[in-house]
Amino acid sequence: MNLLKISWSNIRFRPLNTLLSVVLLAFGVGIISLMLLIKDQISEKFDRNIKDIDFVLAAKGSPLQSILANVYHVDAPTGNIKVADAKRIVRNPMVEKAIPLAYGDNYEKFRIVGTNKDYPDHYGCEVENGKIFEKPFEATIGYEVARDAGLQVGSTFTSVHGFDRAAEGDPDAHHHDKPFTVVGIFKPSGCAIDHLILTPVESTWLVHEHHADEETGDTAHSLDHPEDEEGHVHDEPSPSDPDGDKEMTAYLLIKRNKGAFGMLSKQTEDTTMQLANVAVENSRLMNNFGIGLSTISAIAMVITILSFISIFISLYNSMKDRKYELALLRTMGGTRMKLFALILSEGLILVVLGYVIGLVLSRTGLLILSKTMKENFHYGFDKLGITPYEFLLLGITLLIGIVASLLPALRALRMDISKTLSNG
Amino acid sequence: MLQTTGLQFKYDQGPSFHFPDIRCGKGEHLLILGESGRGKTTLLHLLAGLLKPTSGEVNILGQNTSGLSDRNMDQFRGKNIGIIFQTAYFVESLKVIDNLILPNYLTGVKIDRTKAKNALGRLNLESKINNMPANLSIGEQQRVSIARAIINEPAVILADEPTSALDDKNAQEVIALLEEQAALYGSALIIVTHDKRLKDRFTKQISL
Repeated sequence: MNLLKISWSNIRFRPLNTLLSVVLLAFGVGIISLMLLIKDQISEKFDRNIKDIDFVLAAKGSPLQSILANVYHVDAPTGNIKVADAKRIVRNPMVEKAIPLAYGDNYEKFRIVGTNKDYPDHYGCEVENGKIFEKPFEATIGYEVARDAGLQVGSTFTSVHGFDRAAEGDPDAHHHDKPFTVVGIFKPSGCAIDHLILTPVESTWLVHEHHADEETGDTAHSLDHPEDEEGHVHDEPSPSDPDGDKEMTAYLLIKRNKGAFGMLSKQTEDTTMQLANVAVENSRLMNNFGIGLSTISAIAMVITILSFISIFISLYNSMKDRKYELALLRTMGGTRMKLFALILSEGLILVVLGYVIGLVLSRTGLLILSKTMKENFHYGFDKLGITPYEFLLLGITLLIGIVASLLPALRALRMDISKTLSNG
Repeated sequence: MLQTTGLQFKYDQGPSFHFPDIRCGKGEHLLILGESGRGKTTLLHLLAGLLKPTSGEVNILGQNTSGLSDRNMDQFRGKNIGIIFQTAYFVESLKVIDNLILPNYLTGVKIDRTKAKNALGRLNLESKINNMPANLSIGEQQRVSIARAIINEPAVILADEPTSALDDKNAQEVIALLEEQAALYGSALIIVTHDKRLKDRFTKQISL
């Protein structure tokens, strides 16, 4: 027998009141904590993907889309640009580094990105197993690709045209014949490479040239003499190709000096290309996103306030119903402070219950959301630990419990037992 | 064991009472009779320290209880006075057995479940140990409240109209139990009532 046992029995004795208070609080806490988790993890993931990339050079269209497609790998690209056109900008002295990206295919919904070694290097991605791709149709894959598509070093796979089409169960999916060989798997890095298949730019060109004209010469040539390609990929990134009609989806640019955006942007004016400023687009994205989160958080706050009122009313009513009980406790040796503590602890038990259930809800929500996001974008939320915000949230919920139970507890403290018992 | 001297009480803007001096020794039983409005409950609350007298004093076990602080009075009462009310009150959310050991817990005495079970056994309530109080009959409830009143082996047992809600058979039973249980620890038993049925049972009586 102790105080907590008595308060717990009292709480269980009024299951409907308890349920209402706890459920409201759990939803309030759950939604707030879910929003915090999402916001934290998304901005962390986004920041990791941005990592010093200043501009994206891609086909004209929505600049935001070109960032989404090429930096975060969640949207479809705006189109292709000609390597010959891009050269002017990519080779501009104001550009310190330009990383080429060429899309077009997927394997099991994982995007195949034609690029060069600069791309994983930029993100500090290291190969855990095997090596980095060197020749066309060699692929180094993210650890999620390896895990979810069941690929290992030495596995081969054929790509499917498009971004999100699954290979199986879709008769319209166009398979390419030439298989890719996995030559390496990256260590988990937390950025988009985790769910990408990287291959030399040439692979994507070859796949699609082959597809376009069914002409074998060019393809056969590179396939027959892959060693020709090797040094080439390494020494000179694709822009220096004897390009002809070669196309690229985008270039990720890192500027050398300030003010580069305006100057470079000017050079795209008469072309089919545009330059998107990552920082600007990202802050626009985060703002929009933030408005959404704030709206949901505001709703959660209203729910939390309702739970506060519910706890208050529930304790206050139960205090009134139990006034004889409380007087009885006094006649049996219970002090005023003990009654005060009893009511207060009932309030605190309610909020702690609500808080814990709320955290469970937010984790469940996060996992469900993460699953949907993974299916659609290969982005998941995997951090389920308690965040510092949630300690703050605990503090706030405890405060809610204390404030809501204070008035009923004070009434218990001040109660005139003689009067209460005489009216019985 | 218990004695009062010159006990007076006046309610704010209400009636005032002047009570005769009371003495009740160890193991003695005292019946205080009075019609409604004569201050029976007021007297019982004064004896129990639930009210403080306007003047005069209540002395229990050599302690002038009127001089105790609220907190000390609560503890003193819990340890030395067992109270039985007209209506049996319980902590509704606790089982019978847990209600019975509440006085142990509240006064910091070692919790003794065996003793509580034995007490229920003596009152023929062993089968009700794990019941909720609300599921007992009124007679059973009153018996449990007697068991609870003696659990801390009090020097004084105060009963406020313990029989008035009961039929003849139950009333006789409850009084017999009260006397029996009071004798167990040599407690002084003081019953305040207007129930005429009890008049012939007690030799020592005071009328208000």
